[in-house]
Amino acid sequence: MNWTWFHKLGSPKWFYEISGRWLPWLGWSAALLLAVGVVWGLAFAPQDYQQGNSFRIIYIHVPAAFLAQSVYVMLAVAGVVGLVWKMKLADVALQQAAPIGAWMTFIALLTGAVWGKPTWGAWWVWDARLTSMLILLFLYFGIIALGNAISNRDSAAKACAVLALVGVVNIPIIKYSVEWWNTLHQPATFKITEKPAMPMEMWLPLLVMVLGFYCFFAAVLLMRMRLEVLRRESRSSWVKSEIKGLVGGSR
Amino acid sequence: MNPVRKKRLYIVLAILAGVGIAVALALSALQQNINLFYTPTQIARGEAPEGTRIRAGGLVEEGSVKRDRDSLSVDFRVTDGAETVTIRFQGILPDLFREGQGIVALGRVNEEGIMVADEVLAKHDENYMPPEVTQALEQSGMMKHYEDGKGYSK
Repeated sequence: MNWTWFHKLGSPKWFYEISGRWLPWLGWSAALLLAVGVVWGLAFAPQDYQQGNSFRIIYIHVPAAFLAQSVYVMLAVAGVVGLVWKMKLADVALQQAAPIGAWMTFIALLTGAVWGKPTWGAWWVWDARLTSMLILLFLYFGIIALGNAISNRDSAAKACAVLALVGVVNIPIIKYSVEWWNTLHQPATFKITEKPAMPMEMWLPLLVMVLGFYCFFAAVLLMRMRLEVLRRESRSSWVKSEIKGLVGGSR
Repeated sequence: MNPVRKKRLYIVLAILAGVGIAVALALSALQQNINLFYTPTQIARGEAPEGTRIRAGGLVEEGSVKRDRDSLSVDFRVTDGAETVTIRFQGILPDLFREGQGIVALGRVNEEGIMVADEVLAKHDENYMPPEVTQALEQSGMMKHYEDGKGYSK
């Protein structure tokens, strides 16, 4: 296997150039997928036979919950890369992805509560799925707080990487909580490996929304990372010429 | 990979394995407390603590719902296929409450073995379908078959 791309990631300049090329593609596909998914899911997908229209919140809830967990796994991978290979870009990715992941977790919890009230009869229940998701939110808060509290960048990177790594144990607990224990939350509808538990005309908009959320996350992450790379490398000559080009171009 | 990185990678993996084992042990020790509810079988076997508020969960048995004529009181039986528990509830039931639906009730078991619930939550499953599909399934007599198929094993 060719690992040159991985070693190239060690160079912030290379990352800045390549991400600039990817960004428009990701941004436009996110906008397109989300627009199609929202209209299709909220207006055209059929109602559910039991829950009526209130089930449509699934088109926000499930993609947000997917992202919340995937982003955390990404943080842990970035943490390992940062700890083992001492790659600076891994720390940039970790710090910049954490707030997005926290927002996704918050959206998943909020839409879940709004959905729970009419269907279950309660905003919140201390069942295993809901509680482990709340713990995920606090893990994100911990990483954000730790990153900001330590002023030495190398120690902050190391501490955040360790916390991200330790917290990843929570991810399988979230995923399998509905199977290991009795919970009020139903098992997963959107499965990659098995036949989905809903008909195609309900499932396809959900797929579009999930892909749209991933593209949205990637686009926002790249934008945040590019800004952070410029900030951290502000003394290097390539950043100075880049900024000069940007400022000169806008005048 | 150079030896320094290899060593660091092993340390990282060891930390992860250690934390994973610790959490797995803690969770398996807390198994009973993490379960949101007891099934009727567990209550019949005496696994649920007596005299305290517990949650019972299962399917509302077909034809078991008896509403009181002049109050909001309602009696119904909850089953997991093997055992049943009778639940008495006074109040407004959630919209999704119906016979055959999964529910979770919070309350206390009295001397007669009836659970007096002060909260009933409806549980729905992971299957969604349009109303037309449900009607078609009912007309062809497949609904029962479908409902049985998805089961309530937990």
